[in-house]
This record gives sequence, structure tokens and C-alpha cells, in this order.
Amino acid sequence: MKNWMIGMTLACALPACVTINIYFPAAAAEKAADKIIDDVWQLKNGAEKPNVNSVEPATPAK
Amino acid sequence: MKKILFSLVLLLSTFFTSQFVAAAADLEVNTPAISAIKNSMQARHGQLAAHYASGAIGLTKDGLIAVRDANAVPLKDRGGLNSAVTAENADRNKLYKEIATANGHPEWQAEIQSTFAGRWIDKAQVGWWVQSAGGWVKK
Repeated sequence: MKNWMIGMTLACALPACVTINIYFPAAAAEKAADKIIDDVWQLKNGAEKPNVNSVEPATPAK
Repeated sequence: MKKILFSLVLLLSTFFTSQFVAAAADLEVNTPAISAIKNSMQARHGQLAAHYASGAIGLTKDGLIAVRDANAVPLKDRGGLNSAVTAENADRNKLYKEIATANGHPEWQAEIQSTFAGRWIDKAQVGWWVQSAGGWVKK
């Protein structure tokens, strides 16, 4: 009887937990937001990176 | 009896796990409507960037933008700034709505908006003004 009740509780509780998780994919939404914001604000501009790297070319010491 | 219950629980968990995996996939953001809004916002950002830096406008905690200090802008430019802010907010609201509908869940719009709100503020440049629970804060 005890086992039966544990089983029933599990069977009811498990889907409830998962249902809350699938309600809104927060991680996927953050990823999507980051992608769009990077595009709109041009935060990941490929043309800018080489400039940053070549700001200080190594100057050999005399 | 115990065996039957166990297999029932196992069956249920398998079923819901597979549903979870399907739902955890990426959100669709590459529709023509979303791209069009993105392009319009990207073009407008050239105009808005200086105003973020001067503190004339700031990022609100609800994922929009607002005029924070109109005095930071010459009188003759204020009308233009106000209409840019209005247009930007219209685009942002449209964007949140489009992402929700493109993924078949129009009811997600508010949550998408609040996710964006946090990300806009996180990614804002140092010196820009952002709205926190207590009011405007300079990053």
C-alpha cells in the first residue's frame, strides 16, 4: 500500500515538474536575445577584431 | 503490482522527458519579419548610440527605451529624438511579439520581453543609463 502511494505520487508529481520546465524555454530565449542584440548593436563585428589585435604591433627593442 | 507501477512511472517519465527535449531546442528567430525589424533597429541604432552615451535616453527595465534627460539634447533635436524613441519602442514590441508567434506561443511575448530586458541591460556599454528596480543607474 505504501509503495503504491509512493508510485502514484511520483506519477503525478513528475509530469508537473516537467510541465513547469517546458512552459517557457528561458535558456533558449536568452540565447536568441543575445543573438539579436549582438546584431542590432553590432557587438560582434568581425571587421573590428583585427583592428584591436593590430593596435600594437610588436616593436623590437633596440 | 509494484512492477506495474514502476513501469508506469518509467513510461510517463520517458514520455515527458522526450517532450522536454523537443521544447528545449532553440527559438526560431530567422523569419523574414524578425529580420526586417532587426534591420530597422540596427539602422536606427546609429542615431540612438550617441544619446545612450550622453544619458539623454536609457534602457528601461521592461525591455524598451525612454527619454531620461531631455536637457542633454539641444532643443531643436528633441522632436527627432522623441520620434526615434517611439519608433524604437514600436519595433521592440513588434520584435517580442514576432518571436513569440514565430515559435507558436503568442503567450510567451511577456516572458520574451523580460528576457530581452535583462540582456539589453547586461550588454549595454559602460556609461549608458539603465533602469533598475530603484530607478536610473549609470553603468
